[in-house]
Amino acid sequence: MRLGEKITVKLLLACAGISILGIVLIAVFIFKEGWSIIGKTGIIDFLFGDQWAPTNGIYGIFPMILGSIYVTIGALIIGVPIGVGCAIYLAEIAPSRLSAIIKLGVEILAGIPSVIYGLYGMTTIVPIIRNIFNNQGFSILAGSIVLGIMILPTIINISKDSIEAVPKEYKEGSLALGSSHWQAIIKVILPAARSGIVASIMLGMGRAVGETMAVIMITGNSTLIPESILSPVRTLTGNIGIEMGYASGEHQKALFATGIVLFVFIMILNLMAKLMPNKVGE
Amino acid sequence: MSNKSIKSILLLIIAMAVVISGCTSHEQMSQKDKQSILINGSTSVQPLVEELAAAYKEINPYATIDIQSGGSGVGIKSAIDGVVDIGMSSRELKTDEKILKEFRIATDGIAVILNSQNPVNDLTLEQLRKIYAGEITNWKEVGGNDGAITVVTREEGSGTRGAFMELIGLEMLSSLAITQGSTGAVMTTVTSDANSIGYASYGSVKDNTDLKVISIDGTICNEENIHAGKYKISRPFLMVTKDEPTGLAKDFIDFILSDEGQQIVEENNYLKIKR
Repeated sequence: MRLGEKITVKLLLACAGISILGIVLIAVFIFKEGWSIIGKTGIIDFLFGDQWAPTNGIYGIFPMILGSIYVTIGALIIGVPIGVGCAIYLAEIAPSRLSAIIKLGVEILAGIPSVIYGLYGMTTIVPIIRNIFNNQGFSILAGSIVLGIMILPTIINISKDSIEAVPKEYKEGSLALGSSHWQAIIKVILPAARSGIVASIMLGMGRAVGETMAVIMITGNSTLIPESILSPVRTLTGNIGIEMGYASGEHQKALFATGIVLFVFIMILNLMAKLMPNKVGE
Repeated sequence: MSNKSIKSILLLIIAMAVVISGCTSHEQMSQKDKQSILINGSTSVQPLVEELAAAYKEINPYATIDIQSGGSGVGIKSAIDGVVDIGMSSRELKTDEKILKEFRIATDGIAVILNSQNPVNDLTLEQLRKIYAGEITNWKEVGGNDGAITVVTREEGSGTRGAFMELIGLEMLSSLAITQGSTGAVMTTVTSDANSIGYASYGSVKDNTDLKVISIDGTICNEENIHAGKYKISRPFLMVTKDEPTGLAKDFIDFILSDEGQQIVEENNYLKIKR
């Protein structure tokens, strides 16, 4: 029926429209609520002010920006080598039975709710750090370890897929020319899969930046500029998550302003991912 | 599906939507002449009053009790201006606010908690303030072992934090402090870190054997001392009204002050008022 088809098409268009509408509404709402505080405090003082004291009317989120950056970089340092290594192992080296077991493990890892990661971090990792380094335990290190584990499934799955997507001729050609398996992997397959691996890292980074619950439970949420990897820290997401419950008036608007900064961060990350060269050899 | 049946189904859906929305507003209109009151104020008192309102509505289902927040200051000012029927406050009224009628519905002591391995048993208010300001940084400065103090606090905006800071006379908290988002999280942190100090509502920690509640200025933190006003770090939960309350407001306050209401106060880990 022509009419049936037309209606289906319109319905699907409506679905697409609602998805876009969702993000537009969220963006508009956040900007509307938070912009007045940025205007009042001045964008330089807001972004680079190093004191966050809403009860005294002081809103400076520089410590939080640094906190998000440090924890994310730490997570990538832990997650990327292990993740890409695991992906190579699964795609190229592992015998199929072992591969099945590891894949199952990765799938389960992906399904664990973030609050469980936070609980694990708070009751296991933080005390270990506390005992080894004789400090308060809540730190960038704790955040990086837990977030690193959290982003593993993302990096492993997408890297593995992109390694497996490399045409077999590349590897066969390399082996035929006399390279070892390992040389083939490093010199031919990985460069060919590069864009997919980079995409997986970008996605992992996005997940790490956006993680809230686990981070609140293990980083200590202190408002000072972190001095070392063992310092307690507060991330942008943690800032919103921990204070939103009680905030009202100006304080709440300041949290929305933090949301604006987060939004911009993620937009920049996505843009960087888009700008990555698509094909090999570019 | 033919053209006609699609159109008739759509028409049916629209008609149903109209009828249902009509029904709802009809109900609301006939409820207007029932009783309703507006309450606002302290975020610390609010959860307790919401529990009390829920229990009250079981015996008086026609009552509408609208509870908003805004903080103690807002609650008191709104009551003075007559904008709300009842204001909630988690601090004593100042002299120029005493024109209001006040009803104490509960008392909340804020206990200072230490890890059970910490040998310190008492701190003066001065020492407590300095620790939380970041001026005293090692336990040995207050008679304990040699170890850096891990200061644990609640988040900005928490009623407990606000009351604690005000009662110990602190303006700015040390930015090195570990912030946790709930009483439970504070307690977990203090239990696992031997060098930590934290604060939480007394009712939540009183039966906990993994922590130590210390005395302040020599006064032990217990029900007796809180009621007598000897334990310094405690605050009253007040309901304030502009004039002598009448109607639903009076009924609700009477309910809260009754045995049933005070039972709910205790279940929520606050101290009942002493008769």
